[in-house]
Amino acid sequence: MTLGFDPRRDPRKIAIWTLVALGGVVMVMPFAFMISTSLKSREELYDLRLFPLAPTLENYIYLFRESRFVRWFLNSFVIASISTASVLFFDSLAGYVLCKYRFKGRQIVFIAILSTLMIPTEMLVIPWYVMSKNLGWLNTYWGIMFPGMITGFGVFLMKQFFETVPDALIDAARIDGLSEFRIFWEVALPLVTPALSALAIFTFLGSWTAFLWPLIVTNSASNYTVPVGLASFSGEFTTEWNMIMTGAAVATIPTLVVFILLQKYIIRGVILSGVKG
Amino acid sequence: MRTWFVTLAAAGLSLAVSAGAKAQTVEIEYWQYFFKERVAAIDVLIKTFEAANPGIKVKHTHFPYAQYQTKVAAAVPAGEGPDVVQLYYGWLEEYRKAKLLAPLPKDQFDVAQVEKEFFPIVKAMKADGAYWGLPTAVRSMALFYNKKLMAEAGLDPSKPPKTLDELMAQGGKIAKRDAGGNTLVAGYTMGPQGQDHHWWREILVRQFGGQAYSEDGTKVMYDRKGGVEGLQFYADIANKHKLTSYGFMDETQAAFRAGRAGFHIDGSFRIGTFQAVQNLDWAVTELPSHSGVKSNFASYWVNGVSSKASGPKRDAAMKFLKHLTSDAAMQLWLKTTGELPAKPGVALSDVNKSDPVYGPFILGLAYSHTTEFVNEAKQRQIFLDMMDRVSLQKMPVGEAIKIAAQEEQKLLDDHFKK
Amino acid sequence: MLGWYRSRTVGQKQAVWAWIFLALPLFFFVSIRLFPTGYTTYVSLTDWNLLRPKAFVGLDNYVRLWNDPVFWQVFANTFKYLLIGMPISLGLSFMVAYYLDQVRFLQGTIRALYFIPFLTTAAAMAWVWRWFYQPVPIGIFNLILVDLGFSQQPFLRSTSQALGSILAPAIWAGLGFQIVVFLAGLRAIPDTYYEAARIDGVGRWTILREITLPLLRPTILFLVVVSSIGFLRIFDKVYNMTVDGKGGPLNMTRPLVLNIYQLAFTDYRMGYAAAQTMVLFVVLLAVTVIQLRALRSK
Repeated sequence: MTLGFDPRRDPRKIAIWTLVALGGVVMVMPFAFMISTSLKSREELYDLRLFPLAPTLENYIYLFRESRFVRWFLNSFVIASISTASVLFFDSLAGYVLCKYRFKGRQIVFIAILSTLMIPTEMLVIPWYVMSKNLGWLNTYWGIMFPGMITGFGVFLMKQFFETVPDALIDAARIDGLSEFRIFWEVALPLVTPALSALAIFTFLGSWTAFLWPLIVTNSASNYTVPVGLASFSGEFTTEWNMIMTGAAVATIPTLVVFILLQKYIIRGVILSGVKG
Repeated sequence: MRTWFVTLAAAGLSLAVSAGAKAQTVEIEYWQYFFKERVAAIDVLIKTFEAANPGIKVKHTHFPYAQYQTKVAAAVPAGEGPDVVQLYYGWLEEYRKAKLLAPLPKDQFDVAQVEKEFFPIVKAMKADGAYWGLPTAVRSMALFYNKKLMAEAGLDPSKPPKTLDELMAQGGKIAKRDAGGNTLVAGYTMGPQGQDHHWWREILVRQFGGQAYSEDGTKVMYDRKGGVEGLQFYADIANKHKLTSYGFMDETQAAFRAGRAGFHIDGSFRIGTFQAVQNLDWAVTELPSHSGVKSNFASYWVNGVSSKASGPKRDAAMKFLKHLTSDAAMQLWLKTTGELPAKPGVALSDVNKSDPVYGPFILGLAYSHTTEFVNEAKQRQIFLDMMDRVSLQKMPVGEAIKIAAQEEQKLLDDHFKK
Repeated sequence: MLGWYRSRTVGQKQAVWAWIFLALPLFFFVSIRLFPTGYTTYVSLTDWNLLRPKAFVGLDNYVRLWNDPVFWQVFANTFKYLLIGMPISLGLSFMVAYYLDQVRFLQGTIRALYFIPFLTTAAAMAWVWRWFYQPVPIGIFNLILVDLGFSQQPFLRSTSQALGSILAPAIWAGLGFQIVVFLAGLRAIPDTYYEAARIDGVGRWTILREITLPLLRPTILFLVVVSSIGFLRIFDKVYNMTVDGKGGPLNMTRPLVLNIYQLAFTDYRMGYAAAQTMVLFVVLLAVTVIQLRALRSK
């Protein structure tokens, strides 16, 4: 709805703006308290004030010295990066084939992949666990990430987006003698980069925040991901709330930084998935 | 010339030894749950062990208590995880039955000698003529008190309560509430995360004239005389005497540590935690008695060797277990964690008995009882649920006990049926 | 081999390439998704604790489930999360999006403020909220309540308030996503509709009811499904906000997924856990099918 009048003079608009903005501030208050508490010493912990009287970094120093947050970060980062790369490649390849190739069994394959979307991960956790146990994948990077290497959602999303690539373009490339893979890689893929960036962001975020499966499959602190590490850390420090808030802040700040840097793409990704998915 | 030769020979020998050791270094893994002082103690013991056994490396892994049991039970059957593992004595039976543990070889752990050296409660670890695990330490309970809060309330810090009635009277003077009735300072600490379920099971129930289980451990008996009165007394600490509110400060020990609780019952393993807090003026005394009955609860964690360790790993694991149950390890464990040596010969020295901090725990050991848990985690949960019914749902104590007794009896029946 | 390939028609060549490209993804979907689904179905018919071999027990686990009060408690909790959480979060996010859409000054910044919680790790935020809910003298909510002269509330330590207390951060975290999607949906409605309505002199409320909401239908349906599935699968927050991750007090906050986790990985009752997983599967399937129906009926 565009405005047909000057908003600055309309009291209704001012009221709406104020309320909506206040709501936004309330939404980020938990972060404010989290960060403020992470900067407080134990003596100041029970003080409600938002700005610590004597801010200190001692909690952070203690955290990085006594826990393995650095390692958990590295684990999460490696796992999320590899999963994302794999998802981008295989999902777009499968989506492309299902969209642009005509062959017997296409419909069945598509339905089979689509049907996996309905299977909740929780249902697969027990067989995955047994499988990992038998194949020696427990407590390894591969064990944490194998369930997410290819996703049904991504295949579906990419298939929808390849519809926007004209068939004529592909046929022309074929006449030019490009190999089938190069047509996909050099002609079709560059035309769906918005969808790719959306898929990348979701996959990375999903992998970064995943909790249930990494909790089950990891056995030692050196293989924890950030959420699992944080849960164990908080379990060890129950009631030391300034330490727990420090851990939560350390786990959260990177995603906030990434968001601020990539805000445009992230919001666009959400919109794409909402409209197309 | 000759000294030169000797030096050279010695150097060559040590080189050969270290090369040999390198060639066959065995790495074993040790698991326990995270408790700061215990982790520190094991780290020291690993260092001394590795120094004495150059061919063996020990990897130390620990998990938060809440996830510990899950992790062990998940990893061991999968052939993953620990070679030597620390288990609560109440879990051992489950693990042994599931064939997750190896029996301790009799040539290294002679049954008769174990029974002569260790406290008799360790006998629960014996099955099929062999021992399946041994503790470094045993733990008992005592009453911690905050001297500063006592003095502020006009009490004499040198005269802590000796009976339950005195505990209520003194705690009542310490407790502080705001105008809205919210607890600011607790007279006594109560909450779901603590040792109170043991206090009730083995101490309060007996002091009110009952006992929690039948002698053979197959029947729940706390729904009769003693159990109801004991739980009523416990619930009244908050409801009638208003010494605290159940769950104050989330964890009982946190309230005491923060200097916001006058009295706190806990295990000897908590000593190190409180010692680490600056400006906390505390002391400890024996558990209060009631109608002349003294009781205490003793428990322990055992070290067992997992069934997955084989060959040189098993030998190394047994060696490490021997090291963990040595007299020196026990004394070190006492100093680091406050848990009492598992051998009377080490524990009951005059120095230890008259120690102002360890003394009350060691004295308590003399009249302590052990609960023969079949599934400690579940049985603890049953108590917590019972207290939730009483404190959150305002269910009468008698009724809550009935529900708990039914649940627990079913658990026992299922266990002994097999 | 090459000769064989060259002698194929264009269509046959395409089929060959299609299967080559699909080989790995198909292998993956079959071995990591479809086969395990069948496996879980089988496990649900057995008694199995990982240590001893599986014993086939037919429908025993389902009979037990039917008679298990904890299961029904957990089942009811799961639907409470859905039926309270979904409408509130959709209503709130629509309201914010509707008004945010009319705002121009700093719109992007305000949208970012709402969106930020969506990006956070649930485990981390669960601990932050757990801290907020503590009684005095630790918890912020209670400190505020007491300062304002109200009596303090037990929140997580209450059989009646705990579920709502866990739901609040779940709604909070998901709001931003829904707002952004709603905003996109609102923008996609052509201005001409509104202009026509304005010329007819139709009121704001009528425009909202007669134009905006009907045209937002696909967006609303999408969000209903996505958030329903989210609430039905709630786990991280309950695990991190309750004592020992048990979904207490008295199982009042324990959802189906946490129950499955506890049964499988604490009690090692794999068969029984698998049976409850099947129930979750059927519930999720039903929700999705109902939504697809609703989409088609448009």
